[in-house]
Amino acid sequence: MSEKGTVVAEKASEMDLVYCRPESLLDVRMHYCPGCGHTTTHKILMEVIDQLNIQEETIGVAPVGCAVLAYEYLNVDMHQAAHGRATAVATGIKAVQPDKYVFTYQGDGDLAAIGTAETIHSANRGENFLIIFINNGIYGMTGGQMAPTTPIGEKTATSPYGRDKKTAGAPIDITNLLAQLPGTFYATRQAVHSANAVRKTKKALIKAFEYQKLDKGLCIVEVVSNCPSGWKLTPYESNEWMKEHMMTIYPLGDIKTPSKEDLLS
Amino acid sequence: MAKVKGEVKIAIETCKGCELCIHECPQETLVMSDELNQRGYHYAVVAIDNCTGCTNCALVCPDACITVYREQRGKKKLVAQLSNITENVTITIDGR
Repeated sequence: MSEKGTVVAEKASEMDLVYCRPESLLDVRMHYCPGCGHTTTHKILMEVIDQLNIQEETIGVAPVGCAVLAYEYLNVDMHQAAHGRATAVATGIKAVQPDKYVFTYQGDGDLAAIGTAETIHSANRGENFLIIFINNGIYGMTGGQMAPTTPIGEKTATSPYGRDKKTAGAPIDITNLLAQLPGTFYATRQAVHSANAVRKTKKALIKAFEYQKLDKGLCIVEVVSNCPSGWKLTPYESNEWMKEHMMTIYPLGDIKTPSKEDLLS
Repeated sequence: MAKVKGEVKIAIETCKGCELCIHECPQETLVMSDELNQRGYHYAVVAIDNCTGCTNCALVCPDACITVYREQRGKKKLVAQLSNITENVTITIDGR
């Protein structure tokens, strides 16, 4: 073999980088528990922002809850909102900076409990931003209390005998509820428990950011997530539990997709 | 068809030992280490060199500890072609 051929052969044996930590995710250790769905969602959100190359023109709103410190990890402009008021803050941001991509990142205690009014009215007004809704059916940060999204029969700190439908009602399916409103443009429910689910969630987030350019209405991407500490299970067990108990009441898939006329007009 | 060769690098200090990558790996390449990292977690390590670079482990890794490399198929072909060329032929390949 010629000398040049050898050199090329040596170089070819080097491997290509196919996956690495996204650049927009700050190189710090996140405070989340091992195996938490929040961490995976942070990661893929930043991957999507890198892929679309919109880091400079994105503004995020962090909630109160486990993701309260999201601005420490996400290297985009971030704003902190009062508990449940992230959509109200995002409404204001979008009103003064309509050309920016705005997203809120909220948990179920934030979006589906204390912030229900703000969320529903934002959807009703057809506000043009993206809600990323992490649904793990429990108040994780405060120590595992019952949330409105907790499945019937689940034992939590405030429902030690399991959630009773008579006293606590049925779990609220907020994404389905928002999809009924005409102001909602795109509503989908995804998960991050497996590689395939992560790929689908990434696609949904890309779609949602692209729809924001069209100025047609609210996009909501719900991520059914686990809470290993709150559920008192290992990360793998919590994913299995989630598949059995959470995904039966919150089935994955698109809930509202825009029609062709909506996209073209 | 020959399997694609891959390689994973794990940042052991950021690993929190959730074991999700181990359950997700179709090749059973990864195992948990016996040692602990500075934070006191057992971390994921490569046990067998049979990685195909499918990126499943890296996709589910919550803390983005896993970097995946993969051998490119196109480059393999180039090497095969070059090995057939005799010495008196000079070749230049731009940018490689």
